[in-house]
Amino acid sequence: MKFLLATISQTVTPEGIIDRYPNSYNHFVLPFVIGITFILVYLFIGLVRIIYHLPSQDRLQLLKSLFIPKTAWKNLKDIFCDCLLHTKIWKRKPLLGYMHSAIAFGWFMLIVLGHLEVALFAPRHLSGLSEGSLYYPIFYRFFIWMNPEHETLRGSVFLFLMDFFLLYVLSGIALAMFKRVRSIALGMRHTTKPSLADRVALYCLWAIFPLRLLAEGFTADLSGGSFLTKPLNWLFRAFFGNELNFLPTWWAYSICLGLFFLAMPFSRYMHILTEPLLILMRNAGLRVRHPRKGFAEAEIYACSSCGLCLDACPMNAQKKNLRYSSVYFIRFLRRHNTRRVNEIANKCLMCGKCATICPVGVNSHAIRQVQRESLNNKLKFNYSYLSDLNSRKDSAKGKVLYFAGCMSHLTPKIIRSVENMLEASGIQYEMLDREGGICCGRPLMLAGKTGAAKSAVAANKKAIEESGCSILLLSCPICLKIFKEEYGLENIEVLHYTQFAERLVKEGRLKLSETEQSIVYHDPCELGRGCGIYDEPRNVLNGIGRLVKAPKERDESICCGLSLGSLTLDEKDRGKIAESCVGNLMAHNPDSIVTACPMCYKALRSKADVPVKDFAEIIVENIAENNN
Amino acid sequence: MIDFGFTISPSSRINLDCIDRKSFAALAKLEPDVLKCMACGSCTASCTAGTFVPTSLRQAILMLRRGQQAQALRLLEGCMLCGKCTMVCPRGINTRNLILSVQKVYSQDDAQKEGKR
Repeated sequence: MKFLLATISQTVTPEGIIDRYPNSYNHFVLPFVIGITFILVYLFIGLVRIIYHLPSQDRLQLLKSLFIPKTAWKNLKDIFCDCLLHTKIWKRKPLLGYMHSAIAFGWFMLIVLGHLEVALFAPRHLSGLSEGSLYYPIFYRFFIWMNPEHETLRGSVFLFLMDFFLLYVLSGIALAMFKRVRSIALGMRHTTKPSLADRVALYCLWAIFPLRLLAEGFTADLSGGSFLTKPLNWLFRAFFGNELNFLPTWWAYSICLGLFFLAMPFSRYMHILTEPLLILMRNAGLRVRHPRKGFAEAEIYACSSCGLCLDACPMNAQKKNLRYSSVYFIRFLRRHNTRRVNEIANKCLMCGKCATICPVGVNSHAIRQVQRESLNNKLKFNYSYLSDLNSRKDSAKGKVLYFAGCMSHLTPKIIRSVENMLEASGIQYEMLDREGGICCGRPLMLAGKTGAAKSAVAANKKAIEESGCSILLLSCPICLKIFKEEYGLENIEVLHYTQFAERLVKEGRLKLSETEQSIVYHDPCELGRGCGIYDEPRNVLNGIGRLVKAPKERDESICCGLSLGSLTLDEKDRGKIAESCVGNLMAHNPDSIVTACPMCYKALRSKADVPVKDFAEIIVENIAENNN
Repeated sequence: MIDFGFTISPSSRINLDCIDRKSFAALAKLEPDVLKCMACGSCTASCTAGTFVPTSLRQAILMLRRGQQAQALRLLEGCMLCGKCTMVCPRGINTRNLILSVQKVYSQDDAQKEGKR
């Protein structure tokens, strides 16, 4: 009779909530207390480690950002939307979004409501550790007896809400279990292989909520319950007769919670606690500076290992290459497996799709680039010749300066088309690299040779600024990205030819004739995800023909496979990626494929059965007869 | 030495028996594509850096096979990794990684030799 009503203590609150245990303690809370203490200590040490590894300038920036109202508001909004509601997943895969938000938001509400309940009805237990504030709100229902005659509306609302959110979480857990069996039903073709710690944490997570339901069902006649726990209680009493069986379920519940917290730091579930930190750091504008420490460490632990990047990665065209996806890159980084980390870092195409769709927003290609930097930046090269090059002063004063770039020189058709387009519109222009110029520096950057890239950037910058041009026109998206990000050209507008063409059409300087042909547009990685240019080419192409959609387009477009991002991917594998890219584009049988990148142009041409045209090429073909 | 007003040009003879093939084997392990080269010279013809300084991957591979490391490295040190040679290579050689691997393998060699001296 030890834990029965006989031990009711003397403290009777107005609502009729009575502590069944005078000291509010039972041995079963121990596993939970051990687990939560461990995770709190681990979290504190981890936080200090990450902050310590940040460069002092970044640390200051992070601290400052917390006090800027605009950033603080964005922090709050992002934490609520990304960590609890998972709006990013909702947008792409609603069922998966429901599953994640049910578990995250539901659990969060259970914890918050549990604490609120204690704060309202037994505030004494939140006052300090000696009163059990660590575990009491979690096991509140076990410790109290509610006088049914004193039932209040406020109390019933809480009981209802607790049951409601428990049901909400349980629905999420049920979906999660189903996902293990058939992930495609929730919109995932590939899922990650869980590690041992992942499995322990996963099974504990699955068990926690059903056990909570059982435990609260057993105690519902003593501590009160609502639509879920009350009927369960009647059912149990009908079956077991004796309401004293409930201690083992509370033990099991506590053990599962404790085990989950113990396995957490070594499992994917560390993302629950790390994601808010990552959001704060990202909103403060920090960048990856070391492939494993500081900001990168926050990203590594924030990765939820969900595997959405597996479906996104262009390398999934071959199953054997799935192991080069971001999720495994992050996993090996976390385990300090340098050999595998380097292998994956060098293999990646750097198309950036995984970062775009990542629900946590882990910028894994930035980490890859820093990792490459640590490998290749020290290699000896000699670029002294770059600084000795002569440039022609004021050769393009006030005019458009066209920089074709290395890759466009391999596809002279593109250069010719761009020139024809400019001439047809009556634009005064000058070409910077007619006789062959210097590389823009982006390929060096992608290979991790940042120091060398800077000398190429400086040499080009000097030539461009001395030419006195007002607009710099580019036909290669790879160049465009680095010209926008690293060059810092003042008073010179940097435009891709798709942007420039849209402007010419809008201003009426370039008139196009409309035809009946159907066109599908392929978004080059560096142009779309890299520079955010999606609409400009489409607006122009709409005036030429009927634009059809590809199943995966815009920020989900598949890399053509010829990307300079990858250092070690061989020709065969690249070909397979190009095939899958063409397959995606040909879904609605268009008459021609149009792209705006010399490399995509080359890659797609080798695999497609329909004509592949460059953006400038199709414009020149369709210039109206009455044009100027 | 007495100055005769002329010199004899250095011998271009290579003793293949004296070449240490370990480095080339290490290179072939890092980037097996090096064995695929048929010395067509497309890479050299399209080279961006080649407009400004003598740069030739074809010649560099040939020299590495002959054990002339220093000359080979000099032919590659101006490379900007722009990737044009990858695009034009009829054998599909991963030239960018090959050039990086050459630097990795042979610069290390140089450093070690200097250390030994």
